[in-house]
Amino acid sequence: MRGLMKLFSAIYALAIYGFIFLPVVVLVVFSLQSTAFPIPPFTGPSTRWYEAVMNDPRLTSALFNSLAVAIISSVVAVALGFVSAWGFARFVLPGSAVMRGLITLPLTVSYLIIGMGLLVIFNMIGLPKNLIAAGIGHVVINLPLCFAIIYSQMGDHQINIERAARDLGATEWNVLWLVTLPILWPAIFASLFLSMTFSWDEFVISFLLTRFDTTLPVEIWNLLRSGLNPKTNAVGSLVFAVSVVAAIVLELILLRRRPA
Amino acid sequence: MTEALVEMKNISHSFGRAGVLHDVSLTINPGSYTVLLGPSGSGKTTLLSILGGFLVPRKGSVLIRGHNCTMMPPAKRPTTTVFQDYALFPHMSVGNNVGFGLRMKGVVKSERDRLAHEALVIVGLPEAFKKKPHQLSGGQRQRVALARALVVKPAVLLLDEPLGALDLKLRRQMQDELKIIQKQVGTAFVHVTHDQEEAMALADHCVVMNQGRIEDEGTPERVYAKPATRFSATFMGESTIIPGEVTSVTSTAISVNTVFGSFPIIATAEEGAKVTLAIRPEHMRLIRDSRSITFGSAEVTAVVFQGSFKRVVAASKTLSGPTFIAKIPATHEVAVGDTVTPCCHIENLIMLTK
Repeated sequence: MRGLMKLFSAIYALAIYGFIFLPVVVLVVFSLQSTAFPIPPFTGPSTRWYEAVMNDPRLTSALFNSLAVAIISSVVAVALGFVSAWGFARFVLPGSAVMRGLITLPLTVSYLIIGMGLLVIFNMIGLPKNLIAAGIGHVVINLPLCFAIIYSQMGDHQINIERAARDLGATEWNVLWLVTLPILWPAIFASLFLSMTFSWDEFVISFLLTRFDTTLPVEIWNLLRSGLNPKTNAVGSLVFAVSVVAAIVLELILLRRRPA
Repeated sequence: MTEALVEMKNISHSFGRAGVLHDVSLTINPGSYTVLLGPSGSGKTTLLSILGGFLVPRKGSVLIRGHNCTMMPPAKRPTTTVFQDYALFPHMSVGNNVGFGLRMKGVVKSERDRLAHEALVIVGLPEAFKKKPHQLSGGQRQRVALARALVVKPAVLLLDEPLGALDLKLRRQMQDELKIIQKQVGTAFVHVTHDQEEAMALADHCVVMNQGRIEDEGTPERVYAKPATRFSATFMGESTIIPGEVTSVTSTAISVNTVFGSFPIIATAEEGAKVTLAIRPEHMRLIRDSRSITFGSAEVTAVVFQGSFKRVVAASKTLSGPTFIAKIPATHEVAVGDTVTPCCHIENLIMLTK
């Protein structure tokens, strides 16, 4: 009976992980196809489609655009999120709870709605569709997340530690630089990496707010319009690889923190 | 009399509508160990926060060494605080924690390491210099917090329930060490606690607080032997409380009428004043002698053997009589349900007018 239960659990686990990862596995496997169609039978392995991606200036420039947007928008989102978390945690503000609710609200609004709203506003104020517009969009969606993560780490104990530093003669700048930031470093790093992965994968807002220079997910979509092609598999696998690396780095930081 | 180190004058404070401190004045002398004793909500921690600069009082002023510091932020004040949760910097070594205040003053690294090491020697923890706070026990963190606050040589060191998080044995041990360290460094300590034993053991000057006011202050011996108010008589040690009324007044003595009859007391009071008579448990007896005054009879409701003595609680059989608390010799045979005759010597009656 026990053996049977174990067998069922194993099958169930296999089904779950298969359900999650099979599409990705298929994507990666057929990116190594040596013939022109990403369908069985498997004819590889071959790196010819990766070479094709690297030799496609539109894809490589989109890749750099994506990296730039991800890094810059995440740094801005973390900085703004940190400052607002600091403000909410340190000062008694009128309607603090409502304001905190409002700042995290965009987490529940669909990217499509946010993207359309930004499109309308940018049209009104005359900001052209470009990477900066997309970057602003990514700050809008990632700021609430950064705020929520960093704010959750600013408890009473943290406040007392800052009071102790001030009591010993530290200026506000010293408190921030020598005490608050070093203690909150894991939370700040975690929100930075999460923001970067979200910005990296984000399609809808980038699609609505860019025109000529665009990000990688939008360029992949352009590629898909001309049909399935192992090149799309290859570039998709690259996107996936970058996300995996970011996730692993994040895990390592958070795991290393736990024993302390 | 030396000049006062700290003068807190007519301090009032409130959080929202609730008054927390009502016109409190307090003087702290150089080199003294002051303990603010009171139940939670008595305003003792608020008073300490005002002294430390974490709160600006609604009314009143704080003078340290004659300078008005009422509006001065904590960073600029010659005070340092040992927080109840220690508030050590988790990312810094113990040595850097202790040296932090010196670093803020611009002391060079080698010098502040030397001073931090000295401070750790004073608190008996020199071997922890390179460790991180999370590698230390609660008692050790407490010592590091003390060293960190002492190393900058404050005019006043503030301790906010510093022993509250420690277990009883460690608390008594740290309490002895705190007193020794205070005498050794000579800095004035102001210590907040709700533990009356801690207060009696540590204080040179004991300040009993209740509901935002100072009920009584003085040496712990004086506060215990001659409490100024009923609250102080029951919070700083236990007492049997017998209410009464002043019936006659002569030039040297008064007569206080209670449910147990009239007692002559050497004191002054107005005729008709409502007063309270308090008797400390060690003065309450269950066996009368020729000098005893008696308080009717009472039924024993609890007997707790405490090693060197027995603590006996007895309910008066007289209508609206008090609950008697007595500490009697451990050899005295008494059991729950026994009828006893509580009594004491007349000179041990403490008369309280408030």
